[in-house]
Amino acid sequence: MVELAAEQVELLEGGALTVEQAIDNLHHSDLSLRYYAAWWLGKFQVRDPVAVSALIAALEDEDDRTELGGYPLRRNAARALGKLGDYSAIPALIRCLDCSDFYVREAAAQSLGTLGDPAGIEPLITLLSGDSTVAQPMPGTPHLVQPCEAIVEALGALNAVAAIDLIRPFLEHSVPRLQYAAARALYQLTREPVYGDRLVQALQGDDLQLRRVALSDLGAIGYLPAAAAIAQAATENSFKLFALKGLLEHEVRSTDSPVPSEAAIRVMHLMDDLL
Amino acid sequence: MSLPDLIRAIEQADSPARLIAAVQSLVAVQSEAGIPTLIAVLGYNNPGAAMAAVSGLVNLGEVVVIPLLAQLDGYNYGARAYAIRALATIADPRALDVLLSAAETDFAPSVRRAAAKGLGHLHWQKLPAAEQQVAQEKALNTLFRIAQDPEWAIRYAAIVGLQALLATLNIQPSPQLASTDARSAALAQLAHLSQTEPDRAVQSRVAFAHHCLMHKISV
Repeated sequence: MVELAAEQVELLEGGALTVEQAIDNLHHSDLSLRYYAAWWLGKFQVRDPVAVSALIAALEDEDDRTELGGYPLRRNAARALGKLGDYSAIPALIRCLDCSDFYVREAAAQSLGTLGDPAGIEPLITLLSGDSTVAQPMPGTPHLVQPCEAIVEALGALNAVAAIDLIRPFLEHSVPRLQYAAARALYQLTREPVYGDRLVQALQGDDLQLRRVALSDLGAIGYLPAAAAIAQAATENSFKLFALKGLLEHEVRSTDSPVPSEAAIRVMHLMDDLL
Repeated sequence: MSLPDLIRAIEQADSPARLIAAVQSLVAVQSEAGIPTLIAVLGYNNPGAAMAAVSGLVNLGEVVVIPLLAQLDGYNYGARAYAIRALATIADPRALDVLLSAAETDFAPSVRRAAAKGLGHLHWQKLPAAEQQVAQEKALNTLFRIAQDPEWAIRYAAIVGLQALLATLNIQPSPQLASTDARSAALAQLAHLSQTEPDRAVQSRVAFAHHCLMHKISV
C-alpha cells in the first residue's frame, strides 16, 4: 500500500519511475539521474535484492564528485540502504565510515543505527574515540571533524552499553544538537529519567529549530513523562503529533495488549487535541 | 476605544506583539461588526494573532459561519487551516461541504486533519430532519475513505472523526438518522481497519475507538 501511494506521489510530481528504471538509472550516464534514483529507492523502500546490490555498488562510486571532493551518490546510497532493512549492506556501510567525505560517514553512521545490527557498534565506537579532534569544529566547514551526532545516536539505537562512558562527556559539548543526541542515547542505554528530562528542558529553548530537534529526540526514545510538555511546546502541531506518536508506539510495543494502557490513552487524548 | 478604533489598531499594528494585543482587544468586545477583520487576521501570518482571532470567532458562534465560508482563503493555506479549525469547533453543519472537501482534497495536511476531526463533531440536529441521514452518510463515507490515506496523521484524524461520528449515531437512534444497520456496518468496517492498519500507533487508536464504541453499546 505504501508503495502504491509512493507511485501516486511520483506521478503528481512528474518524476514517475518504476523500480526497474530506478535500478537502471543507478548506472545512467546522467549523474543527476543516478543521484535521484538512489534517493528514490530509499524513499519508497524498494526492498529488492537487485536494488540493494546496486546501491551497495554505488557506495564505491567514483564518477559523481563535488568540487570539494565529496561523493553525492555515495551519500544518497548510504541513506537509502538504511531504509531498506537489508543486513547485506552492513560491511559496505562500515567501510564508508572511513570515507574522506564527512557526509558519507554521517549517512553511513545513521544507517548503521537504523539497520540495528550490533556489528556496527565496534566500528562506530572506534570512529568516535579516534583522537582528541573528533568533536572539534572542522575548519572551513559548518560541521565537526566527525559526524558525532549521528554516531552517538546510532550507538544509542544499537543499545551499545559499552559506549556509555564515551558518550557522557558530549552532554557538555558546545553544540546543542550533540548534547541532545547524547541525552537521547544515554536515556536509551540507561533508562535514567535524568536524560529524558534534559530533553524536556530543551523544549523551553529559544531556538525553534532546536525545539523541533528535541521533540524528535523525545519521540525517538518514547519518553512518556514528556507527553504533556510535548503537547504544550511552542512548535507546529505536526512536529508535536509526530513526537507523541513516537511515545504512543513505544508504549504500545512495551505493553502489547489489544486494549491500550492508561498511559497510551493519555497520549491519544493529547494527540486528538492537536489535530 | 470605539469599534472603528479597535479595527484600525489591527490594520495599523506595526509589530507582531502589537498585532496580537490589538486582536485581543477586538475579541474582548465580542462584536459581530468585527467579524470580517478577525477573518482577515487569519491570513496575516502571525500565529499568535490568528489563534486569538480563532478563539474570538468561535466565541461568537454560529453567526460567523456564513462569513467564514464566504471568505475562505483559497491561496493561503495557513489562513484556511485556522478558518477550518474555527468551523470545526463551532460545528455548524452548514460547513459540511467545505469540511468534506477540505478533509479529502486540501493541499495542506493541517487543514485535512482539522476537517476530518471536525466532521465527527458536527451538530447534526441543526439540520432539517430529512437531511440528517444523507449528511451523516457523506461524512461517514469521506472519513472511511481518508482512513486509507497514505499519510498516517490523516488516517489518525479520520479515526478520531469516525469515533465521534459513530458515538453520535449511538446516542441518537432515530428512524430519520442513519439506521442501526448502517452503524453496525460502520463498526464492522472499523474492526476491519484495526486489522489492516499498517502503522502501530494509528492501529492502537483504531482499537481504542472501536473499544469505546463497543463499550457504549453494551452499556
